[in-house]
Amino acid sequence: MPTTPSSHNPSETTQTPEEQQPRDVPLHKRKAAKVDRLAELMGDRADDTHGSGIWREAFHRMRHSPMAITGAVIVLAFVIIALCSPLIAPYSPTSQAWGNEVFPNRNEFVGPRAENLLGLDHLGRDMFSRIIIGARQTLMVGVVATFVGFLFGALLGGLAGACSVLGGRWGRQVDNVVMRLIDMMLALPALLLAVTVAALIGPSLTTVMLAVGIAQIPIFARLLRGAMLSQGTREYVLAAEALGVRKRKIALTHILPNSMGPVIVQSTLTLATAIIDAAALSYLGLGNPDASFPEWGTMLAEAQRFLSSAPSLAVYPALGIIITALGFTLLGESLREALDPKLRK
Amino acid sequence: MLRFIVRRLLQLIPTLFGLSILLFVWLQRLPGGPEYALLPDDATTEQREALRRSLGLDEPLTVQYMSFLRRLGGGDLGTSLNTGRPVLDEFFLKFPATFELAVTAMIIAVTVGLPLGYLAARKRGSVLDFTAVGGSLLGICTPVFFLAFILKVVFAEQLGLFPSAFRLSPGISRTDITGFVVLDGMMTREWDVVWDALTHLALPGLALASIPLAVITRMTRAGVLEVMGEDYVRTANAKGLHRTTVRTRHVLRNALLPVVTAVGLLTGSLFAGAVLTESVFAFPGIGSFIYEATQERDYPVLTGFILLIATMYVFINLLVDISYSLLDPRVRAQ
Amino acid sequence: MLTKSSRKALGLVAVATSLALVATACAESDRGSAGGDDGEPFVFAAAGDIGSLDPFFVNDGESFRYSRQVFDTLLDHESGGSEIVGGLAEDWEQSEDGTVWTFHLHDNVTFHDGDELTAEVVCDNFDRWYNLTGEYQNSNNSYYWQAIFGGFAENEDDSLPESRYVGCEAQDELTAVIEITEYSSIFPGGFSLASFGIMSPTTLEAIEGAEITGEEGNYTLPEHAQEAGTLAGTGAFTVEEWNQDQNEVTLQRFDDYWGEPAGFETILLRAIPDETARRQALEAGDIHGYDLVAPADVGPLEDADFQVPTRDVFNVLYLAYQQESHEALAEMEVREALSHAVNRQRIVDTILPEGGEVATQFHPDTLDGWSPDVRTFDYDPDLARGMLEEAGHEDLEVEFCYPTEVTRPYMPAPQDIFDVISEDLQEVGVTVEATSYEWAEYVNQTDSGNCPLYLLGWTGDYNDAYNFFGTWFSTHNDAFGLDDQELFDRMAEVSTNPDEEERIAGYQELNEMVMDALPGLPLSSSPPSIVFAPEVDHPQVSPLTQEDFAEGSWK
Repeated sequence: MPTTPSSHNPSETTQTPEEQQPRDVPLHKRKAAKVDRLAELMGDRADDTHGSGIWREAFHRMRHSPMAITGAVIVLAFVIIALCSPLIAPYSPTSQAWGNEVFPNRNEFVGPRAENLLGLDHLGRDMFSRIIIGARQTLMVGVVATFVGFLFGALLGGLAGACSVLGGRWGRQVDNVVMRLIDMMLALPALLLAVTVAALIGPSLTTVMLAVGIAQIPIFARLLRGAMLSQGTREYVLAAEALGVRKRKIALTHILPNSMGPVIVQSTLTLATAIIDAAALSYLGLGNPDASFPEWGTMLAEAQRFLSSAPSLAVYPALGIIITALGFTLLGESLREALDPKLRK
Repeated sequence: MLRFIVRRLLQLIPTLFGLSILLFVWLQRLPGGPEYALLPDDATTEQREALRRSLGLDEPLTVQYMSFLRRLGGGDLGTSLNTGRPVLDEFFLKFPATFELAVTAMIIAVTVGLPLGYLAARKRGSVLDFTAVGGSLLGICTPVFFLAFILKVVFAEQLGLFPSAFRLSPGISRTDITGFVVLDGMMTREWDVVWDALTHLALPGLALASIPLAVITRMTRAGVLEVMGEDYVRTANAKGLHRTTVRTRHVLRNALLPVVTAVGLLTGSLFAGAVLTESVFAFPGIGSFIYEATQERDYPVLTGFILLIATMYVFINLLVDISYSLLDPRVRAQ
Repeated sequence: MLTKSSRKALGLVAVATSLALVATACAESDRGSAGGDDGEPFVFAAAGDIGSLDPFFVNDGESFRYSRQVFDTLLDHESGGSEIVGGLAEDWEQSEDGTVWTFHLHDNVTFHDGDELTAEVVCDNFDRWYNLTGEYQNSNNSYYWQAIFGGFAENEDDSLPESRYVGCEAQDELTAVIEITEYSSIFPGGFSLASFGIMSPTTLEAIEGAEITGEEGNYTLPEHAQEAGTLAGTGAFTVEEWNQDQNEVTLQRFDDYWGEPAGFETILLRAIPDETARRQALEAGDIHGYDLVAPADVGPLEDADFQVPTRDVFNVLYLAYQQESHEALAEMEVREALSHAVNRQRIVDTILPEGGEVATQFHPDTLDGWSPDVRTFDYDPDLARGMLEEAGHEDLEVEFCYPTEVTRPYMPAPQDIFDVISEDLQEVGVTVEATSYEWAEYVNQTDSGNCPLYLLGWTGDYNDAYNFFGTWFSTHNDAFGLDDQELFDRMAEVSTNPDEEERIAGYQELNEMVMDALPGLPLSSSPPSIVFAPEVDHPQVSPLTQEDFAEGSWK
């Protein structure tokens, strides 16, 4: 192990004074522990200022991991399908062109056939086109939700982290307040948080994206802050300080870029969570009220009632969700593993 | 030990306090607040004002918050717009059902997840390991409500092995003592009730168990793998201790520490997960109630239930920390 | 090394394991099949829980299903039909001008609490309703009283009309005479409404002074409407318990019932909102019947030997055009164009249950007063597109509402119907903005005129066309925003005409007038299905969805 840190358990070496008792600080530590660990590990390893070494190393390792390859292939395929969906989909996803051939009231559905590769849905729309276009919508929901969580989480976490590392006593106060807020958000189960948000702003696709995104904010915030704290004690920061570089500049140009690693890993994992949570919100009736434009979560929620007579209506979008979520999870997990020296034996 | 617990309890205060502020701001001040929920969209400004006054929404925020706190302190979380009954009463009415469900799910998750994770780690790279890892990934990636539906269709509808809905079969008579059906049944020795309740718990419990099961399996596996590489295990092996002793005393014990934590936390999150499972199985618990409240924008119920669940979550965390410190003396020492 | 505490922890795990094993073992053994034994409760699943034990306060079918078993009304409907027959009154007569109604009560009718039914009691019941004050006068709490009798003894709100009820007099022990201000076609049907269930004198005494608390949108009904024990009726069943936690009402056979005693000893009415869950519960043997069967489930259920009797058609589903919420909808050409754009036949063929048909007017053709000469609108998207262009609305944008998580007797799968119509409208160039609400909220929103386009329907309360179109078009209201004084005047004129023949002719004319005004597009009339387990001798099904469960028994 070329760059193994001095201790076997980095969590005991890279704590800031305020966090010295990882198992004794109030609350949700365990949920947070995983997040923190990721932050520490990567902060630890990014010894060279650009941190490119670790990424190259991780990539090298991942090339030989079947898990990573499977994940990457799935994600790549999904993204390509989603982006090119208008070119692939043979028909309009909303057109009920075959509406006279499907009789949901008599359980007569149309299965796969030459014209319609995956058959028709309960209103006579081409299932294949709906799945393909649905991939695009699903990707959008996932990406926007993750972005919302990422953006606000990074803002909060970045603020806290920067203040804590560079701000002296005042900074530590700000950090404290922000982190209490984050901890409180962590105390609410994510799905419940999302349901509350969604119930407040009414059902729509935007609601789903916002709700899922907001629920991810505390995780991102914690993560980025943790990474920044561990960066803050690096020599290069001390060196820059000694050279008289302005604090704000140090935070923005040195610490922040070097702390982004764990956040990127988390984004990959969050995409999977976002897609699954979005489906759950759709099932709860908080999704897009206009179900004609396909999105996998809404399609799945809608098709539940035909599960016994036409299971394929539910199975296609469900498979889509499961496989895609699996892809992002595999990719994220193997990325994390590749970056974690302890799991790499 | 006592000092540790007291310290942890004191640390709860600012969190709970903050949580109440968060929820207060969240639910009272955002657009679409109570006066919009209670009045039709075309209500006049005057009507809105009148309602705001009667709800005390026109007073300064601090005053409103203080009265919110006072009411909280007195156990008054408002009245459900739907049922017209106090939110707290509703919560305690629904709590036993969900608690039984969560416990069932946890029992399934622990009894399957622990051995599975341990064996997977012991036989790393085997078919079993592959299945365990793959299965748990799949468990995490499958939408819970879809899994619940599949279980219902296959085991209740097609095979008829389990009931598909409710907490008890209709018409079964039972003595209600605590509201916990299984417990009451055991206390009164009404074994048919216990059995009936258990069959009703099986499918939703299994569906709800999917995520904790996956997490516990993975954590146990990772924990065991990590510990097996530690120096002290190697030392123990080297000094010729019996394999079983090494495994139980050194490997399992240390590997289980994080799992214990996870179990606590997951139990808390099960109350949220129940929203998805209970509605599929028409299981009359907290989840179904939140689901209905969401549909009908029953704000007092949403606020109250979320506050209560969050509080519960916080206390479960405390319990976890305490049990953790019992298992790991290092924590206390710090 | 194994400390005390960790030994405990391991012990706990062991206990948990064995518990789970026990649970699995128990679960594996076979579940007994339901039915057969006389004392076994008959479990029927409804789509929703009841709203109140006292039927006066409510207006929903689920509450009435319960109350019809427990309380009797003066008049009733024939079993399995829509003809009005005697209820507590053996027979009745009306005066020439239709303002004095004389009811001859059955002899020897006992209430659940042992009281005797007399004319006096009937009058006390009517007087109680007439004299209600305070929040009872809100239409949420006295919908059917206001629909039939207008206002109260002392109206507290100026918007309430003068009451149509004059008084009730006990002419002798068993003859009650009710006087109303003027005739209306809502009589005698109004006397059959489940809201006007007769209660015992002891009950009336006990509930006197009980109050509704809370405010609009958040009412708390008095204790007697929430807890069983106070209310006593004359029905074939007594109400034992309303478990609001389990959404379940328990009914017990009343052995001193004045009519044919009930076949079931106990009935449980349970609410299962989800239609799939209802079906699965039936298939799993948890329940013995349920209402509002999804059309797609009818075939498979019949194949599995369940009994799915079909009711006669007695409802209508319509697409409303709220004219005041959207400028374009105020234009006749636009409403005509939209009416030509909707493929109603496809909805009937693919979504509605077998036996459904396209509706040409606002009530089914089984009612007297149905007119063959109303204006009709054939499906013709090209024509519709052209008409919109001509009206200058080729890029019309309109909000279209539909309810979620609900099925109604006239409207299975609301979202599918919405999707089909929505696509039809897009097809002719209309941009549809979809809005969905949960049912209670939906009714609220559409009633207040916040939805330009929406789906709604009606199941008749009794056999009279005015019960259909009179509900919507007798006066200006926010639900439609129709302002047609001529139509309103004619409605009033026809409905108060005591001469039946003239009235029926008037109804036909009214139907034509309504379709000329085109306040909405009638979509369909369809028979809602109900299902029973094979071991049940089921009661006659009613087109009014007013099944008398006392007729049912175990085979």
